[in-house]
Amino acid sequence: MLGPATRNDSFELTIDSVSKSYGSRRVLRDVTARAVAGQVLVIAGPNGSGKSTLVKMIARLIRPTDGRVLWKLDGHTLPAADARKVVGMVSPDLTFYDELSAIENLRFFAQVRGLSAGPEPADSLLDRFELGGRGRDLVGAYSSGMKQRLKYAFALMHDPPLLLLDEPTANLDERGVALVHDAIAQARLSRCIVIATNEPEEVRLGDVIIQLGA
Amino acid sequence: MSSSSWAREALAVLAKDIRSEYRTRYAFSAVLLFAVTALAVVSFSVSPYSLDADVQAAFLWIVLFFSAMMGLSRSFVREEEARTAMALRLTTAPEAVYMGKLMFNVALQAAVAAVVVPLFLVLMDIAPAHPGLLFWATLLGTMALASSSTIIAAIVSRANAKGAIFAVLAFPVTLPGLSSAIRATIVALRGAAASSSGPVAGAAGSVGAATAAAVATGALGDLRALAAYSVLMIASSLLLFDFVWDD
Repeated sequence: MLGPATRNDSFELTIDSVSKSYGSRRVLRDVTARAVAGQVLVIAGPNGSGKSTLVKMIARLIRPTDGRVLWKLDGHTLPAADARKVVGMVSPDLTFYDELSAIENLRFFAQVRGLSAGPEPADSLLDRFELGGRGRDLVGAYSSGMKQRLKYAFALMHDPPLLLLDEPTANLDERGVALVHDAIAQARLSRCIVIATNEPEEVRLGDVIIQLGA
Repeated sequence: MSSSSWAREALAVLAKDIRSEYRTRYAFSAVLLFAVTALAVVSFSVSPYSLDADVQAAFLWIVLFFSAMMGLSRSFVREEEARTAMALRLTTAPEAVYMGKLMFNVALQAAVAAVVVPLFLVLMDIAPAHPGLLFWATLLGTMALASSSTIIAAIVSRANAKGAIFAVLAFPVTLPGLSSAIRATIVALRGAAASSSGPVAGAAGSVGAATAAAVATGALGDLRALAAYSVLMIASSLLLFDFVWDD
């Protein structure tokens, strides 16, 4: 949460003529879109079309070659330095510390985000994604599906106004997929959600859809 | 960000790195193995009495320098290789990451020095003339090595052939600090009076009190230079780290 005076439901995301090149290879060309809190922006496209690159640019983890990404809250443009408060992210590229337990990981990320580092928030988040009994196990001992569930606890722990989900149901079993769809349904009540996916069921969730080419 | 929250976040990064290191021994074991092996090989193959204090001091700092080259890059390299850097970038202010990693590297290098220096004195059969000066030279030299290595580790952590690039980049940057540390260590091992009968005193070889004082003052100057070097490296690293850490 950004502060007591701000409300997540006033959040706006603007992607303004964004392009990205790596050397001579152009990954994205002139992408433009806008989404606000309560909307789902879906980024679809075949493998290698630049979905994950665009998600990372929206998170301000990488800079566009041209164009810009803007976050606004209560009408004020937020700087990239606010990413740790604004962005909740689930991505295949996101990895936690294998040598720490799930609770230790969540407590560490809570501390560096300036949140309360007490055990209750971490425990309740793990319970929500049905990892409650395994919170004290080392993350290195988790299956890929459990790690994916842990990413949702990580993404939602600070009540972010912008939720970025890259391949949101990767590695999940049927129960895990249901939990994620439930989390998306709850999150879209007050947040702006960006989903990068090729799953037809998830593409249908989109209020705004960016279709990227190969 | 307020200074208190900034410090709290840096301490959280430090605590996380210490916990990770305690559970994996990722850096400490490799560094200590190298340092102890190098010390043992040289002490068993060279008579300790055949080495002058200049050579002994240089040898000590060669061991500490290459220990630092082996271990200090790992704090950042591990984040990139284990792919945890993205989570850190998403959640932590760059300054807190830098300061947390710096404190971890200082602690790691100090722990290595705490083992290596006493072992060096025992194996080389040295009774330092000024133990206090040796302590400060080691402490400030450790600080200088850690402060320069931390920012270089961040620069090379996303490159291929990290180890080679790290050593190549680190050597010229650490050289001023290393030279001061070696000079102060020579005086600490040999003593100011004995040092003044060496090259410092010149051909006449007079062992005057004034010359001994000058050598001692020179050693203090080297300690000040080491402290100034560390402050300069940390300040410039804090200014540059945003550009190094972000894409």
